[in-house]
Amino acid sequence: MRHTKIAAIAGIAVASMVLAACGGGSGKSGSGGGSTDPSNSRGPITFVQGKDTSGIIPAITKLWNDAHPDEKVTVVQQTDQADQQHDDLVQHFQTKDAGYDVVLVDVIWTAEFAAKGYLVPLKGSYALPTTGLLPATVKAATYAGTLYAAPETSDGGLLYYRKDLVPTPPTTWDEMIADCKKATAGMGCYAGQFSQYEGLTVNAAEAINSAGGVIVKDDGKTPDIDTDAAKKGLDFLVNGFKQGYIPKAAITYQEEQSRAAFQSGQLLFLRNWPYVYNHLSNDGDSKVKGKFGVAPLPGLTGPGASSLGGHSAAISAYSDHKQTALEFLKFIDSEEAQKTFLNVGSLAPVLASTYSDPTLVAKFPYLPTLLKGIQNAVPRPVTPFYPKVTQAIEQNVYTALQGKTTVDTAVKNIQSAIQTAAGG
Amino acid sequence: MTAVAEHTGNLTSPHEFPPTRRGIKWNVVGRYVGIVFIILWCLLPFYWMAVVSFRQVGYTFDSTPWPTHVTFSNFTAAFDTSKNHFGRALINSIIIGTVTTAVAMVVGVFTAYALARLQFRGKFFVLGLILAAAMFPGVALLTPLFKLFTQLHLLGTYEALIIPYIAFALPLSIYTLTSFFSEMPWELEQAAKVDGATPGQAFRLVIFPLCAPGLFTTAILVFLACWNEFLLASVLPNGKASVAPVTYAIASFTGSDPKVIPYTSIMAAGVVVTIPLVIVVLLFQRRIVSGLTAGGVKG
Amino acid sequence: MADTQEIQPADQAGSAGGADGSGPNPRFALRNKVKSGEGRLAARLIAPAVILMLAVIGYPVVTAVWSSLHLDKADAGLNPQGFFEVGGKWVGFKYYTYWFHCGSTCVPGTTGHDFYPAIGQTLLFTGATVFFEVILGMIFALMMNGTYKGRGLVRAVILVPWAIPTAVTAQLWKFMFDYQGILNKVLHTNIVWLGNTGTARAAVVIADVWKTTPFIALLLLAGLQVIPADIYESARVDGATAWQRFRQITLPLVKPALLVAVLFRILDVLRIYDLPQILTGGANGTTTLSILVVRELRSSPNNASALSTITFVLIFVVAFLLVKVMGVNVVQTEARGAKK
Repeated sequence: MRHTKIAAIAGIAVASMVLAACGGGSGKSGSGGGSTDPSNSRGPITFVQGKDTSGIIPAITKLWNDAHPDEKVTVVQQTDQADQQHDDLVQHFQTKDAGYDVVLVDVIWTAEFAAKGYLVPLKGSYALPTTGLLPATVKAATYAGTLYAAPETSDGGLLYYRKDLVPTPPTTWDEMIADCKKATAGMGCYAGQFSQYEGLTVNAAEAINSAGGVIVKDDGKTPDIDTDAAKKGLDFLVNGFKQGYIPKAAITYQEEQSRAAFQSGQLLFLRNWPYVYNHLSNDGDSKVKGKFGVAPLPGLTGPGASSLGGHSAAISAYSDHKQTALEFLKFIDSEEAQKTFLNVGSLAPVLASTYSDPTLVAKFPYLPTLLKGIQNAVPRPVTPFYPKVTQAIEQNVYTALQGKTTVDTAVKNIQSAIQTAAGG
Repeated sequence: MTAVAEHTGNLTSPHEFPPTRRGIKWNVVGRYVGIVFIILWCLLPFYWMAVVSFRQVGYTFDSTPWPTHVTFSNFTAAFDTSKNHFGRALINSIIIGTVTTAVAMVVGVFTAYALARLQFRGKFFVLGLILAAAMFPGVALLTPLFKLFTQLHLLGTYEALIIPYIAFALPLSIYTLTSFFSEMPWELEQAAKVDGATPGQAFRLVIFPLCAPGLFTTAILVFLACWNEFLLASVLPNGKASVAPVTYAIASFTGSDPKVIPYTSIMAAGVVVTIPLVIVVLLFQRRIVSGLTAGGVKG
Repeated sequence: MADTQEIQPADQAGSAGGADGSGPNPRFALRNKVKSGEGRLAARLIAPAVILMLAVIGYPVVTAVWSSLHLDKADAGLNPQGFFEVGGKWVGFKYYTYWFHCGSTCVPGTTGHDFYPAIGQTLLFTGATVFFEVILGMIFALMMNGTYKGRGLVRAVILVPWAIPTAVTAQLWKFMFDYQGILNKVLHTNIVWLGNTGTARAAVVIADVWKTTPFIALLLLAGLQVIPADIYESARVDGATAWQRFRQITLPLVKPALLVAVLFRILDVLRIYDLPQILTGGANGTTTLSILVVRELRSSPNNASALSTITFVLIFVVAFLLVKVMGVNVVQTEARGAKK
């Protein structure tokens, strides 16, 4: 036993040396935080974003670097998966890493990062003008009355419909359900994303908002989902499975599975993002080429409210070059950059004027519809407790869709779960 | 021992269902049914993976069970350095896996030798401690390890993956090696020592050749564990393509949009990482099987 | 190979007899003399492994346990400006009672609600996958061990599932289990595999068994190969059937290797994350403890640390029972030798 003790002690000694090294190391990198004089905080910056799927990075960096040869931007690419991007940012914030200057945050992370003090508030000497930006995108980047990020790109849900079968797209759920009889044999009527993941929160929030309900009040922590309006919204989805206007397989649908179903001609209506448009038009196995159209999402009594997707760019509180970073944020919201995002990357702009550019509309025929959608869009709850809020929605709506619980129980559970999460 | 003559051709595996007088055919039939089952079970999913990997991306959801719309573009895309760093990642995985395996084997052999061979108090405590190292949820070690390696300024280096991989590989390799060493004929080593060999020489010259198969089995286990690891690989390289292994590279494959899961390129990558590995393992396998038989016999 | 067979020493039968517990084995006698200096040598040999594991696993575990006893910033509440208050104050076992208490009272949609189901599901997956993996692994090992035409091919084929990285395997199976996927197409079925509790769980088990059986097979193969040939021959001369030979010779002799394989498989499946996460995201009764840890990690890392610690203790208990009940003991021979 004596010798194992020696080994154990040696091990602990190493571990404590390691601990000591930690203590020493963290002091150095902490210098990035605090309020450095903005005028001095200039220099090269990094821009941290998810894997560049659309080849936008070279175009954007060239635009910026040509104009700022002394403050060049380097793009740090994370993986393609949102959860990993989130965790990667948190890990770097926690180690106060000055290596991350501008970070691209999903609209649903803004509040959490802001409340934890990871982001520079865009006010005072860091104020960012928001004129011309779509209001919903600004709202999603605003927490506790303060703007924390510059909207970069947006996204909204669209209703894809088979215009060969339904010449006029429905504007309400009732109209859409009535159209279901136009589906050919073996074709399902409607689907969105109903697998138990973030996409279900998107779809549930759309249903709730389209019926006039809300999930969380504007304070970001008081749940308000136990209402008739919210229940009516969820009823639309739950009844879909019950009455069959949503095919049963849709309970496993994420974006791609639902696209595959519509693309192979098995759906009359599909709720999905704009990225689907190109696939439906160009993919080799698309059976709906030239046979589909896009419309704003339907709602309870009129056009529905899309959930807002997209990303915003924020300045890390630990950046050493915050002033340059702020200019980069302004650049991202410039007309030039916004058009590049759309033109090169098919990413929906946040600048309203971009949507009416005739050459862009010719290239992206869904733009006017998308603009309507985003103008009507409602951000998902802007709350620092978002992970818990979305989990409460996903899980309870999922069991309700499966018919295992009633909508009534589901909203009561969500209400209570959010209350607990927010410490209420 | 008359039986030996009956199946001399079967010496490497004498216990493998030797034919009995009344049921020779059934044994043969049973074996081939088993073989067919194994091949189908193991290969059908792989076959489908290969079919998808050769399919044009525009036909991702085409479920025709045989190759249609065949293209090599998924493979060329995987190795397209302007989009991915898959080739680099393959090299990184090989470097990380090899170094990890080599170090883990040396450290593991030391430990296993002591556990199997030496008498000392606290042995079961050590065994328990080693096993306990394989009990904490790996997902919860990520953040502490990230902080640790940040503070050691090792983030984004090979060491940041190799060091934890060695530690994670040790419990299994120590247990398998100890188990092997316990079965070794140590009296031969004793004899060598009596003849004047040092303990080190006795081990190297007498025991090591006998336990080579156990070492190879363990080495394969360690190497494959590194090859397959994803959680740490997705965090500790810190996004540096120059050190990130294949699992990270595959997770970074993209479609036209973040929502698109690029099934065809993922499957292509799966095919690319699998085939060389199977060949390498197969070469090792030969060593295991032949070596093991020899070792067992001498025992 | 064949020539080494010929010099088969009588000792081999003796060692097998020793493993059976019948008759003394001369080789053990040597070990009873504990020589001075062995302890020191042992400490030196073991030190590198122990130090490395303490630094890379021990240190993170200790920090995790430490943080699980302190308030997370994310649970510290918001100040009037909307910022989280400072965390870090000592909260004792608050996070632990959350899991055990909340598990029975919290509403669906909270992590606490899923605690007890996650334990059950994790144990279910562990039992099911290890059961099938052992049976299939044994068949595979016997097949790999045989001598027949095409053996090399079979060996290569068996290793294929294992050589594919888990992340790819999970995507492959998700793609196959898709409603419009190849399985429904080939089987002419319309099963929503990943949309129902039973089939979703089966999918996880199938994918894991497919992926990991080679691991068990390889370890068993190594165990099979040290079984001396003459035991089988004498048994066969005695008229034992293939099944009897398997039950009475193969199984007992391969037991040490089997138990090590099973023990480590169990430790692994109890921490399973990637496969169910990618296949179902934890829906339909497939949330495992590790999935729950990750889910909580995004809200309250310190609370997730508490759950990790609970998982650790649970696994420790399972491993302890296994070692005690099943007699998993890699130094078994030695211990027995010492007793004699």
